[in-house]
Amino acid sequence: MTRTEIVAQCRALYEDLDFASVRAWVAAEPGRKAIGYLPVYAPREIIHACGCLPVGVHGGGDQLEIIRGDAYYQSYICHLPRSVVELGLSGRLDSLSGMLFPSTCDVIRNLSGVWQVLKSDLYVRYLDLPQGGDRAAMGAFWTEELRILHRDLARLAGVEVDAERLRASIALYNAVRTLVRALYAARRDRPERVPSEELYLLCRAGEVLPPEEFLVVGRAYLAAVEQDDVQARDNSRVVIVGAFCEQPPLGLIKTLERAGCYIVDDDFVLGNRILTRDVPTTGDPWVELAGALVNDAMKSSIFYEDDPTGKRRLVKERAEAARADGVIFAAPSFCDPALLDRPMLRAGADAAGVPSISFKYAENTGQFQQFREQAGTFSDAIKLWGGR
Amino acid sequence: MNCFLGIDLGSTTTKAVLLAEDGSILGRGITNSRSNYDLAAKVARTEAYVTARFGLLRAEVVRAAGEPVLTHLLLAFRTEQTLRQLERLGVHLLEDLERAIPADRRAAVREAVEHILARLAAEEEAWFADPAREARSDFFRDVAASGYMRIAEQVSEAGGPSFDTLVGLFDKCILKVENEPMELGFQEHIPAALRRIGSPEAVALGVERATNAALEERNGVGTGYGRARLPFPKEQIRSEILCHGLGAHAMFPGTRTVLDIGGQDTKAIQVDGSGIVVSFQMNDRCAAGCGRYLGYIADEMNIGLHELGPLAQSSNRPARINSTCTVFAGAELRERLGLGEKREDILAGLHRAVILRAMSLLARSGGVQDEFTFTGGVAKNQAAVKALVRLIDENYGQRKLNISPESIYTGALGAAIFALRDVRPDVH
Amino acid sequence: MLLQKEMIGAHFDRLERAPETGEKVVYTFVPGNLTELIRSFGALPLLPEINALQSGMRQKSRGYIAEAEKLGHSEDVCTYVKCDIGMAKTGNIGPTGTRLPKPDLLLLSYTGCYTFMKWFELLREEYDCPTVFLHVPYQGDGEITPEQREYMVRQLRDTVIPALEQVTGRRYDEDRFKEALRRSGRMEDDLVRVLQSAKRRPSPIDSYFGGVYYIGPIFSSFRGTPEGEEYYRTLREEVDERAALGWGPETPSGRLDRQKYRLVVEGPPNWTSFNDFWKMFSDEGACVVASTYTKVGGTYDLGFRHDAGDPLGTSADYCGGCYTNRNLPGRIDMLVDYVREYAADGFLINSVKSCNSFSAGQLLILREVEKRTGIPGGFIESDLVDPRYFSAANIKNRLESYLQMIDARKAGAAGEVHAK
Repeated sequence: MTRTEIVAQCRALYEDLDFASVRAWVAAEPGRKAIGYLPVYAPREIIHACGCLPVGVHGGGDQLEIIRGDAYYQSYICHLPRSVVELGLSGRLDSLSGMLFPSTCDVIRNLSGVWQVLKSDLYVRYLDLPQGGDRAAMGAFWTEELRILHRDLARLAGVEVDAERLRASIALYNAVRTLVRALYAARRDRPERVPSEELYLLCRAGEVLPPEEFLVVGRAYLAAVEQDDVQARDNSRVVIVGAFCEQPPLGLIKTLERAGCYIVDDDFVLGNRILTRDVPTTGDPWVELAGALVNDAMKSSIFYEDDPTGKRRLVKERAEAARADGVIFAAPSFCDPALLDRPMLRAGADAAGVPSISFKYAENTGQFQQFREQAGTFSDAIKLWGGR
Repeated sequence: MNCFLGIDLGSTTTKAVLLAEDGSILGRGITNSRSNYDLAAKVARTEAYVTARFGLLRAEVVRAAGEPVLTHLLLAFRTEQTLRQLERLGVHLLEDLERAIPADRRAAVREAVEHILARLAAEEEAWFADPAREARSDFFRDVAASGYMRIAEQVSEAGGPSFDTLVGLFDKCILKVENEPMELGFQEHIPAALRRIGSPEAVALGVERATNAALEERNGVGTGYGRARLPFPKEQIRSEILCHGLGAHAMFPGTRTVLDIGGQDTKAIQVDGSGIVVSFQMNDRCAAGCGRYLGYIADEMNIGLHELGPLAQSSNRPARINSTCTVFAGAELRERLGLGEKREDILAGLHRAVILRAMSLLARSGGVQDEFTFTGGVAKNQAAVKALVRLIDENYGQRKLNISPESIYTGALGAAIFALRDVRPDVH
Repeated sequence: MLLQKEMIGAHFDRLERAPETGEKVVYTFVPGNLTELIRSFGALPLLPEINALQSGMRQKSRGYIAEAEKLGHSEDVCTYVKCDIGMAKTGNIGPTGTRLPKPDLLLLSYTGCYTFMKWFELLREEYDCPTVFLHVPYQGDGEITPEQREYMVRQLRDTVIPALEQVTGRRYDEDRFKEALRRSGRMEDDLVRVLQSAKRRPSPIDSYFGGVYYIGPIFSSFRGTPEGEEYYRTLREEVDERAALGWGPETPSGRLDRQKYRLVVEGPPNWTSFNDFWKMFSDEGACVVASTYTKVGGTYDLGFRHDAGDPLGTSADYCGGCYTNRNLPGRIDMLVDYVREYAADGFLINSVKSCNSFSAGQLLILREVEKRTGIPGGFIESDLVDPRYFSAANIKNRLESYLQMIDARKAGAAGEVHAK
C-alpha cells in the first residue's frame, strides 16, 4: 500500500459514520461481536481476548446532523453525547453488542445510564477508572473491575475466560502502543514529514480496525514517512492540550498546521497510548494490566493528580519532551475536565515561560477563521519574540 | 348578546379575540405592544369590538347595498381613526416643540411640522379616495412613521429644519399618542365614516342595529408574555402555552402537536383530543433557533425578513450549518460567503438549522403526532415550512400539516375559549 | 430555625478562631462527608459548597464568579467552584461574616461529582496543604459490590485515617467515632420521619425549599454531634405537632395549608433567587412533597443508617449511596417511587447549568418518569449561584404553564370546546 492509499483508507474509515468496516468484520464469521467504548481509556486487551472487536466511539464529528440527540441534552452540555445518542438512535451503532463508558467525566458517566435505558438489550458497563493516591488499593480495585469485565464479555462472546489469550492480546496491544509512540516520535522529530491530519486519521483508523490490521497499516505508513524528503517550513512547534475526549474537527487540526503551527504532541485519541510502557506478558495478566494503568499512565485531566506539584509541572514537561515552542489549550466547550484544569495548567506554563493560547471548539465547529487568526498570530509571536 | 374576550399580550403585538356564546368568533383585534400594557390590551380589545360590530352589520349591509359599499364603509372607518390619531399626534408635536426647540429656531420648526401634518392628512384622504390604493400596515405607528419620515426628509432637504430634529420630535410624540387613552371605537367613528361615504340610506338600518347591539362582555381571559401585567384578576390569567394549545385545537380540531416559532421563543406543545396540553417544551434562555435568529441573518445580509424564505428556496444544495448561535451568526455567514458559498445555499442551511432546533424541542415534548399545527411568524416562511415538513416526514412519517393565515391569533383565541368555558363549561 | 442559626453561628465563630485555638480545619464536601470521623480527631469540617450557596443567597456570588473568570476560569464550568475561588481570592469572608480559616487538610471523600476532584486540585494550588482522596466507586450497575466496599474501607484505613492522624497529631479513636455514629443513626431516624411526614395531606413540610433547612445540619458539619441530635429531635417534634394540627409549611406566601399541587422535584435549587423561586411555587399553592436534592448528602429514606457496629464499612456504604452516585435507572426508580408513595400530582426537574452530575441525562429521566407514572413532567432551567442563568420570567412562565396544565388535565373531562 502506498502512503496515499493508506491515508485514503484511514480517511474513509474516519468518515464512515455507519461503521461499515465493523459491520463487515462482524458479519465475516458467525458469532463475532464488536464492543464499543467511549473516550478516553478502555482496556481493549480484555475485549480482544474475548474474540471481540474493540471499537472506539468518538462522536459524530462535523458531518453528522443531530436530529434526535439534542432532545436528550440541554444547551450547556458538550456536544459529544448528542452525537453519540444520534449515532445510537439512528441505528449506526447496531453492529455493537456492548458499550463501555469510562469515567472520563460526569457526562460520559451518565451517558452510561442513558444507554442502559435506551439500549436495554445491550451489554453496558461503566468503567470506573481508579483514582487517588493509594496505588495498592487502586490496583486491587481495578484488577477486580477488569476481571468482572472479562467475565461479562466472555459470557457475551460465548468463550472461556482465558489468561493465555489475554496475555496474547496484551502483547498485541503492546505492539500497537509501540507503533503509536513511534508515529508520534516521527512527527515530533520531523513534523514536516508527518502532517497531523494524517497521523490523526491513522489513529482514528486504529480505533475501528482490528489491531492486527492496524499494525500492518501503521507500520507501512511509518516506513513510507521515513522515505519522505520534504523540506521543513519555518513553523512554530506546539503541543495541543485538552482535546482528549470530544475530538476537534479535522478542519481545525489542518487549520492550525496551515496557520504555521506544527503540532508536535497532542491529546487526540489519547487512550491508544495512555499506558506509557509495555504491559508484562508474564504473571497475572489482570494484575499487570491494572498495574500499568495505576502506576504508569500518562498524566491527564481525567485523573486526579495526587502530586501537589504535578499540575504545575505538566505543561513544561510535555513541551520540553516535544521540544515545543508553545502550547495551545484547545478544549471542547463545556468540557469539565479540560476547562477546570486549564487555569492550573496555564499557570504552570506561564511560570515556566512556555507561551500559550486558549480556545474552545465543538466537534462540529464549522468555521475556522478565528482559530486561523489566533494560531497564526501565536506562531508569528513565537518566532519574533521566542527563544529560537 | 353575551361575549367572551381573550387577550394575548405578546412581546411585539397584542391580540384580542371576541367569541359569542356558541363559541363562534365575533371579532379580532391587533395592535403593536407598547410600554403601557393596559393600553395595548385596551386598543386590541376595542379593535375586536369594532370588527365584531362590522360583523353584525355585514349581512344587512351586503344585502341592502352590496359588498363594495361595506368595504367602502370599513375603509372610511379606518381613515377616520387614522385622522383622529394624526390630530392627536399634531397636538403633541406642537406642544413639544414649544418646549424642546430653542426660540430662535422654533418658528421654522413649527412651520415644518404643520406642513408635514397637513400633508399627512391630505395623503390619508388621497389614500382613501384612491381605488388602486396599496395595502398598508394596520398599525397607526407604522403608517404615521413612514409618511412622516418621507416628508420630513423632503422638508429638510429643501432647507427646512434638520431631519434629526424633526424625527426626534416624532419619536417622542408617537410614544405619547400610543400611550394615551383614545376612543377609537365603533360608536365614536361610525357616524363620521357614514358621512364620508355619503350616508347611503340603504345601510342606515344595519349600522344603527350594529351600533345599538348590546355586546355584553361576560368574561375575559388574558395570556401571553406580559400577562402578569394585564388588569385581570389572577383566575383570569392563563399561560400562553395552554392558550396556544387550545387555540390551535379550535382552529384545527384534529391537532395533537403544535409548534410555535415566534421572535423570542419556540414552543413545542402536545394536546389531547380536547385541546388540553399534555406536555410542552420551551427553548432555554439561548435565542438560537428562534425567529430572531433569522432576523439577525436578514440584517446581516441587508435584505428584508420576508425575502429570506424565497431566496433560501432557490437553493439546490443547502449548506450544512452546525451552529445556530445568534452571536456567531454574522461571522459564520461572512466566512462562508468569503469561501464562495452561494447565498441561497447558506440561507437554506440556516433555515434547516433553525428547524433542527425546533425538532429537538418537539422530540423532548413527545414527538410529532397527527395532526401537526405550525404557528408563529416563522410559519409564514416557506423555506422553513419546507425544511420542517421534510424533517418530520423523515423522522415521524407523514403528518397532516396545518398552517392558518390567522395563526397570530392562536393564543388569544385559546384565551377567549377559556373565558367562555369558565362561564359555560357545557358549551362544546 | 433559630436553633439552626445559633448552631451554625457558633460553628463559624469557632472556625474563625481556629488559627488561635489550634483546632484543625478540614475542608470537605457535603456528599460523602465523613463528619463523625473528622470530628473524632477533634477537627472542624468546613464545606465549600455550603459557602458557595450561602454566597449565592447573600448576592455575593456574581462578584466572586466574575473574579474567578477574570483569573481564567471558563464561563462554561461549575459556578460553585468559581464562587468559592472568587471568595478565597477576595478575603475569604464566610456566610456569617466571619473570616474563614485556611484548611489544614483537604479531604475529598466523594467522587460521585467529578468536579469535586478538580475543585480540590484548584484549592490545593491556593492553600498548598495536604490533600487526601477517597475514591468512591459509582453504582454503574445499581449497587456497590462487596469488593468495591472493601476498596473504600481499605482507602479509609490506609490513607484517610493516617492523613487525619498526621494533620491533627491524634490517634484514631474508634470509641469516639462509634459514639458519634450512634448519634448519627438517631438523627437520621428523625430526619426520615420529618421527610416522610410529607406523605400526609396537607403536608406539614415543603420537602425542597423547606427541605433545604431540614437537611442543613445533618448534611454539613453536625452529623453525629450532640447539638445536631438535639436539633433533629426538636425538628421532629415540631413537625409532628404541625401535622397533628393539620398545618402546612411556612413559605414566602405564608402558611401553606391549602395545597393545590403536590410535587416531586429533581435537581438542586437556585440559590441567588431562592425566595423568589420558592414564592413562585407557594403563590400557586404548590407544595413539594419529595425531592432528590434532599438526598445528596445521604439517601436515608431508602433505609441506610450509620451503623456504629462497623464504623469504616458504614462510612463506605454512606459514601457509595449518596444520590448522585446512583446510576440513571436508579434515579428514575427513586423518582417514580416518590411520585407514587407521596401521591404527587406532578414532578418537576430544575436543571442547573453548573452540575453535570445531576443534569446530564435529566431529559431522559423526564421522559422515563412520565412514561412510567403517566404524569406529565415539568422542566425548568437555571443555575446554582450564577444569577446570569436565572431568568425569572422564563422560569415563571414554564412553572405556571406546567401547573395550569395539571389543572387542565384534572378538569380534562369537561369536554371538547372549539370555536366554529
